[in-house]
Amino acid sequence: MTSRPAADGPVPTPRHAAQAAPLLAVRELILRFGGLTSLDHVDLTVDRGVIQAVIGPNGAGKTSLFNCLTGVYTPQEGTIEFTSDGHTTPLVTGSGRRRRSRKPHAVNHVGVARTFQNIRLFAALSAFDNVKIAAETRYRTGPIGAMLRLPKARANDKSTDERTEELLGFVGLWDAADEQASSLSYGVQRRLEIARALATDPQLLLLDEPAAGTNPTEKRELEQLIRRINSERGVTVLLIEHDMRLVMAVAQRITVLNFGKVIAEGRPEEVQRDPAVVEAYLGSAEEPESGSAPEGTSGGTSGGTEEVHRDE
Amino acid sequence: MSQIGELPARVRRSRSVDPRLVRLFGWLVLGALLRLMTVTTEGTSTDHLLVIDEAFKSPALIAWLVAAVAVWAVTELWRARRIGAAVTVHTAGVRKQWSTIADRDLSRKLSLLAVVAAAIVIPQFLSEFYQRVLVDQVAVFVLLAVGLNVVVGWAGLLDLGYIAFFAIGAYTCAYFTGSLPVTPPFVLNPFVILPIAVIVCLAAGLLLGAPTLRLRGDYLAIVTLGFHEIVVLFLVNKNNWTGGNQGVSKTVPHFSINLFGIHYQWTLASLPYWYLFIGMLAIVVFLFARLEHSKVGRSWTAIREDEVAAAANGVPTVRYKLMAFAIGASTSGLAGVLYASRLGYINPASFPIVLSISVLSYVIFGGMGAIVGVIVGASLLTFLPAVLQEQNLVRQEDIPMWVGAVLVVMMLFRPQGLIPSRRRRRELRLASEGIADADAMSEAPEGRQR
Repeated sequence: MTSRPAADGPVPTPRHAAQAAPLLAVRELILRFGGLTSLDHVDLTVDRGVIQAVIGPNGAGKTSLFNCLTGVYTPQEGTIEFTSDGHTTPLVTGSGRRRRSRKPHAVNHVGVARTFQNIRLFAALSAFDNVKIAAETRYRTGPIGAMLRLPKARANDKSTDERTEELLGFVGLWDAADEQASSLSYGVQRRLEIARALATDPQLLLLDEPAAGTNPTEKRELEQLIRRINSERGVTVLLIEHDMRLVMAVAQRITVLNFGKVIAEGRPEEVQRDPAVVEAYLGSAEEPESGSAPEGTSGGTSGGTEEVHRDE
Repeated sequence: MSQIGELPARVRRSRSVDPRLVRLFGWLVLGALLRLMTVTTEGTSTDHLLVIDEAFKSPALIAWLVAAVAVWAVTELWRARRIGAAVTVHTAGVRKQWSTIADRDLSRKLSLLAVVAAAIVIPQFLSEFYQRVLVDQVAVFVLLAVGLNVVVGWAGLLDLGYIAFFAIGAYTCAYFTGSLPVTPPFVLNPFVILPIAVIVCLAAGLLLGAPTLRLRGDYLAIVTLGFHEIVVLFLVNKNNWTGGNQGVSKTVPHFSINLFGIHYQWTLASLPYWYLFIGMLAIVVFLFARLEHSKVGRSWTAIREDEVAAAANGVPTVRYKLMAFAIGASTSGLAGVLYASRLGYINPASFPIVLSISVLSYVIFGGMGAIVGVIVGASLLTFLPAVLQEQNLVRQEDIPMWVGAVLVVMMLFRPQGLIPSRRRRRELRLASEGIADADAMSEAPEGRQR
């Protein structure tokens, strides 16, 4: 009898899990452009507090997935649910002709921020203003308050200034505050874009290839920055990245997309042993026997990882 | 890089004439042409070439040619200086930025004070003609341009139906003063109508904007153009309400104050109206300047620079565009009330579509996005025709052509406008370097990256 409850121990877990629903739950997502299916029954779960990566060859649908999450595209089928403070918000609603994505700014307001693959800063503005514009969206200052400079508007302005300073410091851009965004180096622009995204106080940060075009030193700094965003600010991070060294170093979970389908999902070491992943990256099928027994060929798998890295 | 760029030019130069001489020749031809165009005598049926005769045999030709040489000399000096300066500008620009903020603030306040004093004092010494020009042309259009600047310069929306709101404001004034065939529930003083017209135009702006501001660039321009037609045709056809083409049935009364023992009645005299206008203008400019450097102004800039990125960072883009549109519309309405009361008589023909285009050209001429630039631009371009007319410098019917020529030359040599905002200057430079878009009017395709 005493062992029964212990054996039943796992039973309460589903209820517990339901209580702490995943931060982001994507189910059966389908996105088509005409005849081309960009995302095909994609499932993705992001738990609170993790760093998760989405990888896959070019054209696998990674950025399309991000665009669906942030309301740029409206997927034809499937659900996207974002849960924060015990409150679940569907990011896509309706069906058929009435199907709508939540508007990009409204997605941002529930706590999802993103950066872009090809950096999209406000090029003619200073680094400070770039971050400040995003930080200000958290306040409800209207045109009348701004014109008459009401006390509330002034107080909001002051606190956004402080917040902007704090964020620029956090990403190590304090010296560049007054520089024009377009004059900054590529790696610095990437960090500024992350600061801008963080300024909207997100719970989930989507990073679209944050390491693209950065040099090895900047990559190492970026790796640290992503860890700090996760640990110091408690922000859940979902990133698309081609640099496998970075992905393996920071990600706790990895989802692999190929031709719009999820072909593997799991912890880094599981994923990099997965034959389907190796095949997707190398483009050449391994022998079915060796693929079915990945544990036995440990030397082969580490070689496979290297190949994965080199391929990208 | 500059060496590579200069090399072919140098090779070419060795074989042909000095480009400076070519430019001198160009200026001389232009001078002769201008002489031909400014001749006041006309050809007769017997002597078609009288104009040419008159143009080239009088000493005025010499004056024009000397002027051409002078302009050439100045531009050559300017060109030489700019090439020298281009080398040092990169190093000097950075240091200059932050050193003298306090100085600049003080000098800005002083110059503002000087401008206000000049605006109060100088008109008193002008002739009646120029005083009338100041009120009927300069003041009205400066106010309109400052309002349109919010829509075009800050939010980057192309609004070609701007004068429709001007008409709505003017007819609101006519209605509430009892000047239209329909009798209002109560007759009001124009001063009280000002806030009413602002609210009416705000509502009209929201009504037009809400369904259309999702459109981009060119489409929005067409919709606003159509809106203007609708408003004007309504005024023409709704005879029993608006008086149709005949316009208002009674004269719109002038402004008057009857408060706390102060009694003042504005009359046909221009000067009191001038002070009323610049008072209104001062309030509007003061409020708008604050708006520019606030959350709202920054959000507009963000939308103009990259709408996708702005939305992704939580800026509700449609709401902010709507706000700009409504604020512009209400400024136009404010100007409409002042205009109707000042002239006393309005009809649908007072609000042709070309006025919208004119106001837009004042904004672009002065420097989109910069309040000071827009004010200077609108003043110059409305004052210039009056000067040409009064001084009899050119034939009356040629005046629009000269104003057009000024616009063309300006856009060729200084596309950023007379006094552009610093932000606008940077945007234009980035656009010429191919990094970003200078206009929200020509937006990049939306987030279609894969």
